[in-house]
Amino acid sequence: MPKLLKAGSFTIDAWRRLDADAARIADGDALLFPLPVWLARRDALLARDSSHTGIWLNGDEEPEQIAADIHRFGCIAVNFPTFMDGRGFSCGRLLRERYGFRGELRAVGDIFVDQLHFLRRCGFDAFELPDDTSLDTARNCLDAFSVHYQAACNPA
Amino acid sequence: MYLYDDRDRCLLRERVRQFRDQTTRYLQGDLPEDQFRPLRLQNGLYIQRLAPMLRVSIPYGLISASQLRRLAHIARTYDKGYAHFTTRQNIQFNWPQLPEVPDILAELAAVDMHAIQTSGNCIRNITSDEFAGIAPDEVEDPRPWCELVRRWSTFHPEFAYLPRKFKIAVSGSESDRAAIQIHDIGLQLVKNAAGALGFRVYVGGGLGRTPVIGEVIGEFIEPRHLLTYLEAILRVYNRYGRRDNKYKARIKILVKVWGAEVFGARVAAEWQHLKDGPNTLTEADFAHARQFFTAPAYEAVDVAAADATVSACAAAERAFARWLERNVRAHRVPGYCAVVLSLKPVGVAPGDVTDAQLDAIADLADRYAFGEARVTHHQNLVLADVRRGDLPALWRALKAQGFATPTIGTLSDIICCPGGDFCSLANAKSIPIAEAIQREFDDLDYLYDLGDLTLNISGCMNACGHHHVGNIGILGVDKKGEEFYQIQIGGEAGSRAALGQVLGPSFYAPEVPRVIARILDVYVQRRLEGETFIETYRRVGVEPFKDSVYAKAA
Ligand code: HEM
Ligand code: SF4
Repeated sequence: MPKLLKAGSFTIDAWRRLDADAARIADGDALLFPLPVWLARRDALLARDSSHTGIWLNGDEEPEQIAADIHRFGCIAVNFPTFMDGRGFSCGRLLRERYGFRGELRAVGDIFVDQLHFLRRCGFDAFELPDDTSLDTARNCLDAFSVHYQAACNPA
Repeated sequence: MYLYDDRDRCLLRERVRQFRDQTTRYLQGDLPEDQFRPLRLQNGLYIQRLAPMLRVSIPYGLISASQLRRLAHIARTYDKGYAHFTTRQNIQFNWPQLPEVPDILAELAAVDMHAIQTSGNCIRNITSDEFAGIAPDEVEDPRPWCELVRRWSTFHPEFAYLPRKFKIAVSGSESDRAAIQIHDIGLQLVKNAAGALGFRVYVGGGLGRTPVIGEVIGEFIEPRHLLTYLEAILRVYNRYGRRDNKYKARIKILVKVWGAEVFGARVAAEWQHLKDGPNTLTEADFAHARQFFTAPAYEAVDVAAADATVSACAAAERAFARWLERNVRAHRVPGYCAVVLSLKPVGVAPGDVTDAQLDAIADLADRYAFGEARVTHHQNLVLADVRRGDLPALWRALKAQGFATPTIGTLSDIICCPGGDFCSLANAKSIPIAEAIQREFDDLDYLYDLGDLTLNISGCMNACGHHHVGNIGILGVDKKGEEFYQIQIGGEAGSRAALGQVLGPSFYAPEVPRVIARILDVYVQRRLEGETFIETYRRVGVEPFKDSVYAKAA
């Protein structure tokens, strides 16, 4: 089980990714909908409360596609297929800076602690990390630098 | 020269601490090799054939005497007493031990130096013209702009995991000495009809397996929008550059596939959102950057007296006269000149220097050039602000240190990659080829008669020696386990950037000097009065050269 790092601590994960072929969608569960599922069932899903409606975006999926619905989501998870695939960094900034997303922005998939500082500067505020991650190391990595040379997303 | 403030120093301290922690975790087995790899690369640390290699950043080639002394100390203490200046104005140490690298970084940080982003899939060291600020043909000093781009690109959170490495070069003069058209982004400072300053922006240049000359996508980008425009280019590349095949991952491939027009339109669309945003530069930013690159305290020189000294020495010593002709360059301030230190004596790998030589350069910089030196992309050094009257004394000192080889800009001033002697990717050795050519053409009168001519050697198609843009380019190739050399001519790196054309089948190493001799003979026979090699090539084409090189022995 991966651990979720949020606000400097490991926390219980309230969100679950919906299987693409799930037959039934429970109303009360906090679900992350894969983008194709959201797009296919959008009309029905729009009725859900944003507090338990989220999106799961893959590295090659475009944040533009959910721009219009952005305030209907309580959480957006951006998947990093490999830790060398940096598209998610751009995706994070676009969601925050261009589309004004205010909910939980979560980095999931193949990320590692040494990327946390940059991820946070790209707007992410929750991080799915491997089970054996040390909290101290993760915190150090998050705060690797106190000085920055360029504007990006800064945590509130 | 840019001077670090508390924030810059704080950043470097944090970087050293970060890398020390990463190295410790790696050595303890807590950080897997595959994750450590991008981290160490973004700190300039390669693992190559014989040992790790540490590449240290020299932003746009500017270095102070105290920094040179620190590099000498590092070469002595942590390495085998030498280092290597690269074609990207950086310096490399070839034998550091991994556990000691954090200590080396701390030593560097103490003199405001580092290895940040000198390798890896990120924005690399910004390069520029070694004659910046002093060249008579300068439109605008590129250094403040290099510095602004350097800061913006350093630890840019969005662009640390690009599809591939990313190189930016800036030129501020009419003749491009920074080879901007073979960079991922080339920035040319220009003035418009109204006299306002702006940037002409080239994208998609690069060498390697698929050599491409960059194309213009922005004719005139206003200075305040420079960083947001760059951010737009990088974002489009980061999102859409190929990641499935590292040989097709450079921005040049994306620009080729989309076409420069479509690529430019995508950038313009992205830029609409970023323009006037928080990374927009202000007059205060310009002023801050410019204050570091003011002219040094030039003295009023008695030009006539200085010229008389120089002429007298030149009349008395032929060797001095030759050096003056090839290694001394014009300066915009009367009575001053720029001096190129050759790192290409015969028998030394181009760009190599010893610790003692680094110390000597520092002393000469202090004594003759306001304590500053510059690295050139030809792997030489420049003392940029030398009083003409000091030339005889400086020449003697340079001769004693082995820096006065009077061959700058000639056939013998070879750009050459480390090749098979050091590099695990090599198909063939390159340094011995450079040496064989230097030995074959050691007659200075002949070299001078040939005039300006670039010769570049790479040991494989990764093209670290820029062979595609040498007037004569040599590429090491592997044929069934044997080393061969393919020869091309007609390349050029400057304002009229062009890729060379391959002459034909490749040659064994011992044949190479003879082939070069034939190429040179064709030039000498066909040239018109005052024509350089490349001009003759452009006029007569490749055929006469081919005919001569592959002619059956009579
Ligand atoms: C021995 C260790 C080295 C290795 C393993 C190495 C490897 C490579 C590789 C794989 C590339 C191609 C990258 C690509 O096309 O995307 C490359 C390009 C390049 N290398 Fe090296 N290199 C080494 C040393 C050097 C040195 C010592 C220099 C400078 C003297 C240098 C200068 C360059 C330059 C300027 C390019 C860019 C060519 C372009 O624009 O595509 N390299 N190197
Ligand atoms: S051109 Fe090839 S042989 Fe030469 S240094 Fe680069 S990778 Fe190595």
